[in-house]
Amino acid sequence: MKTILLIGDPNVGKSVLFSRLTGVDVIASNYPGTTVDYLKGRMNLHGEPVEILDAPGTYSLEATNKAEEVAVSLLDQADVIVNVVDATSLERCLLLTVELLEKRKPVIVALNMWDEAQHLGIHIDVRELENILQVPVVPTVAITAEGIKELVRRLDEARISERPRLEGEDQVWTEVGHIVRKVQSVAHRHHSVWDRLSDATVQSGTGWLTALGVLFALFWLVRLVGEGIIRYGVEPVFDLYRLPVAALSGWLGPGFLHDVLVGTLINGKVDYVQSMGILTTGLFVPFGMVLPYIIAFYLALALLEDSGYLPRLATVTDNVFHKLGLHGHGIIPVLLGLGCNVPGVLAARTLETRKQRFIAATLVSVTVPCMAQSAMIFGVLGHYGARYILLVYGTLSAVFILLGLVLNKTAHGECPELFLDIPPYRRPSLLAVTKKTWMRVRWFVAEAVPFLFLGVVVVNILNALGIIEHLARHVAPFMQCWFGLPGAAVPALLAGFLRKDLAVGMLVPLALSPAQLTIAVTVLTLYFPCVAAFAILLKELGVKDMLKAALAMILTALLVGGILRLVLM
Amino acid sequence: MNEQSLALLKQGDTATIIALHGGCGFQHRVRSVGLKEGKLLRMVAKHHFAGPLVVEVERRHITIGRGMAQKIIVARAL
Ligand SMILES: Nc1nc2c(ncn2[C@@H]2O[C@H](COP(=O)(O)OP(=O)(O)O)[C@@H](O)[C@H]2O)c(=O)[nH]1
Ligand SMILES: [Mg+2]
Repeated sequence: MKTILLIGDPNVGKSVLFSRLTGVDVIASNYPGTTVDYLKGRMNLHGEPVEILDAPGTYSLEATNKAEEVAVSLLDQADVIVNVVDATSLERCLLLTVELLEKRKPVIVALNMWDEAQHLGIHIDVRELENILQVPVVPTVAITAEGIKELVRRLDEARISERPRLEGEDQVWTEVGHIVRKVQSVAHRHHSVWDRLSDATVQSGTGWLTALGVLFALFWLVRLVGEGIIRYGVEPVFDLYRLPVAALSGWLGPGFLHDVLVGTLINGKVDYVQSMGILTTGLFVPFGMVLPYIIAFYLALALLEDSGYLPRLATVTDNVFHKLGLHGHGIIPVLLGLGCNVPGVLAARTLETRKQRFIAATLVSVTVPCMAQSAMIFGVLGHYGARYILLVYGTLSAVFILLGLVLNKTAHGECPELFLDIPPYRRPSLLAVTKKTWMRVRWFVAEAVPFLFLGVVVVNILNALGIIEHLARHVAPFMQCWFGLPGAAVPALLAGFLRKDLAVGMLVPLALSPAQLTIAVTVLTLYFPCVAAFAILLKELGVKDMLKAALAMILTALLVGGILRLVLM
Repeated sequence: MNEQSLALLKQGDTATIIALHGGCGFQHRVRSVGLKEGKLLRMVAKHHFAGPLVVEVERRHITIGRGMAQKIIVARAL
């Protein structure tokens, strides 16, 4: 089977083009470096199946990081190279084009972002460019599919350029300059009000104000959408579901099976939060409490990503992240971690050095509350007003900074400077945003929900067998004097090691004081969120660094819990 | 001529790149995002505490650390 490789600079529209050609959904984002691995897909070319590869972005064949190395190594597998070029940054993209032509493989150029180029008054003489490069050049607009048919039609015309070989880097640069002067003319544009506003979002004072405003709007949107889904989607469904559950409860009668499936009845009725049965709490926690906010969160994140604001946020926050051994790009794992820690830890991959990846992964898994943990925080403390909730998030933020400072001092390795190409602001397309949200939610349901569910099952069985109670008796004295929590809260802290969100149901009936609840909830949030987080840390960091991260987590939880106790009680 | 390192430009200044210092890898990296000899650039933002700089070149914004900016020599437009 023939293999077609899509290759080009970061953020030129390769992924959008890839999903256009293959029908495979991939995540495309308006910030460079989203695709770290390559993706494979298939399409039918004139009745024949061909394989299509979506390479990570690279500015040149002289790779400077992991992702770029992947892109370059894919060249050997390719029979045909589709070089995706951003028509608005022709000069920059042509470096790779010229390098590719030297590879003596069939090449065709997709001149993407054609719509934006026209909008900006950039005129490119496509005919002339074809003549100079001696390979086909097709203007495309990947997001509207304009020109895609033409690109596919002309794939067969891809050919090996017979241009004379260039010697050395200097010649390549000179040649690129040459070509651009010949084929491109740019209409002069004034610095508009819009440009000034856009500048203001990366400048120090105004940039911070924008960042705070945007993050505030993000959380407001998550709450609004999340609560909306719960009110109009979740509640009606779970109200209907009460009938079959009550019937099952009556039919089973008291006993072990009833305890495991339905759980304990509160005042003779099933309580979705406190009953702890697999078919009650086990379903309600992931689908009724966490999923609505996950949907809302991924929607907000997609809007943020596709607008092009994230690289600007990374620029503005760079200063702070540098103190923590990271740089501005560290905001990406943190933001993703607020949804689910697993993709957050995975995103740490895009950082350059091992030290940065370790710090980012540890900070995310220890201090960044995932949506299930946030659900717990709100579930337990919601009745006591915003004060305690703010206290928990404030503590977590402080711990984020302090732990970062400590890790930066103790972990070995380098922290390179931020070097980032900022794409223009774009209006997010409704279709792209919906699709991306849907893909991430689908991923969450397939990969994370089973863990939520499993957590309920395991805790349930351990509870029914009396194992948690037994363990609790042994560690209770320590927990009591260190965290100032009554013995009855200890099972919740233990079960919380497996699943935080369950702890809500276990803590609420205990009638603890708000201060005690705050301590319990903070400690629970500082633990790793779940078994899945452990697994991903192990995979990304290796055994040794994972153990270090786990040690950091335990020490932080003990220290912070102890300090809170002294301060609050 | 008014030669200086990029890191010394003030917000709002425009300048032309005249030379790149530093290793081959570094030079290659900055050239490949458009920071090449002869290009006109504008300093869009300078962050405090030795934070990053944002420059505009060929209608695109690029964030670059101070250390890297020090290795880029420019001539300020008067
Ligand atoms: N205006 C416009 N935007 C595009 C076009 N192609 C892609 N985009 C947007 O450019 C951004 C980068 O696209 P993506 O496919 O992630 O780029 P990749 O990094 O090369 O894979 C996304 O926000 C796309 O929606 C196009 O032809 N015109
Ligand atoms: Mg991509």
